[in-house]
Amino acid sequence: MPMTGVLRPGHAQLRVLDMEESVNFYTNVLGLKETGRDKSGRVYFKAWDERDHNSVILRQADRAGMDFFGFKVESKEVLENLDKALKAYGVKTERMPAGEMMETGERVRFKAPTGHTFELYAEKNHVGNGLGDFAPEAWNPDQKGISPIRMDHVLVYGKDIDGTRKLFEEVFGFRVTERVKLEDKTTDLTAFLTCSTKAHDLALVRHSEDDKLHHLSFRLDTWEQVLRAADIMSMNRVSIDIGPTRHGITRGATIYFFDPSGNRLETFCGGYEWYPDMHEITWPIEEVGRAIFYHDRKLNEAFLAVVT
Amino acid sequence: MSYKVFIEDTQEEYQCREDQHLLSGMEALGRKGIPVGCRGGGCGVCKIEITSGQYTKRVMSRDHVTVEEEARGCVLACRVKPQTDISLRVVGKMKKNVVRIEIEK
Repeated sequence: MPMTGVLRPGHAQLRVLDMEESVNFYTNVLGLKETGRDKSGRVYFKAWDERDHNSVILRQADRAGMDFFGFKVESKEVLENLDKALKAYGVKTERMPAGEMMETGERVRFKAPTGHTFELYAEKNHVGNGLGDFAPEAWNPDQKGISPIRMDHVLVYGKDIDGTRKLFEEVFGFRVTERVKLEDKTTDLTAFLTCSTKAHDLALVRHSEDDKLHHLSFRLDTWEQVLRAADIMSMNRVSIDIGPTRHGITRGATIYFFDPSGNRLETFCGGYEWYPDMHEITWPIEEVGRAIFYHDRKLNEAFLAVVT
Repeated sequence: MSYKVFIEDTQEEYQCREDQHLLSGMEALGRKGIPVGCRGGGCGVCKIEITSGQYTKRVMSRDHVTVEEEARGCVLACRVKPQTDISLRVVGKMKKNVVRIEIEK
């Protein structure tokens, strides 16, 4: 499928309680590369194989959670068109000027029905993955910590997940790959959405409070790297929520863990590739345990209750 | 050095080292009583009220602990280390949200 319109998750800004501790964690334990700091004190990171300047931005705050999540779009023309499409859909948009975030062009910001702030942007400066564009090596010998290849997707919690799902489907052309249905067999507990050939780029869970982060996810190449990530977490006494295990939904192999401010992160590998001719997968609520944690076959208490 | 931690709600008692947070001290011994969330001061699940004893604390989310609460000993167990024996009440809980009720039916 030729990728047009919205290309991929591009950046997430997280709130942290202690910047120094967090920079150490994101650099040396998660193994992202710090790429800059701005006047307001925000610290910018990228995963090693990402080519754009940043994908994770940390902001010191008095509470944890996520400020906003951004998607990169194909071009400035697409950005203008999607801004118009959002307004036509009845969504208020706001322009964040180029340079407000380091090395990043103008952003179109809007609030989804679940209360989350999302952004679209077309430009972020290319810094490369350190291997060059001509006959590159396979990886960088100086990679630290867990060292995921990219920031991959986000799972957010809120009340009106139908509204947020419809907005992403109808304005941006996202498609649902999998759902969990509640007992009435109609209401979605969760919806997994893709804008690419990934099993999910954005996931939603119905929850009593709006604008909550469940987890921000980072991709690894192999199951062995997922196990190695768990070892690195134990060596560094990182708070692990669950795993290593597998999700039934998407079939990804996963660890849920927390950053030093209690924001849940995921490192995962695998999952299937999605194409638009594939059928949507449905899980009944009776199978939600196996859908979320394929081996335990039950939800842990934290899955529905612990968010930032 | 380790101190006695007493959970008034369940009458549970355990020993917690001075370099250990009250929550990780409880977890390390396989004990229960205080709900366990993110362990990073962010989610608010392990909120407690210290009714007696001295402790040190680290920054915790203002979404879950106000300045006034913090001043009267309402804190997150994952951010607090004992300096004397401690007695506490559990304030936080796992949220029983809409969805959870559906599953429990």
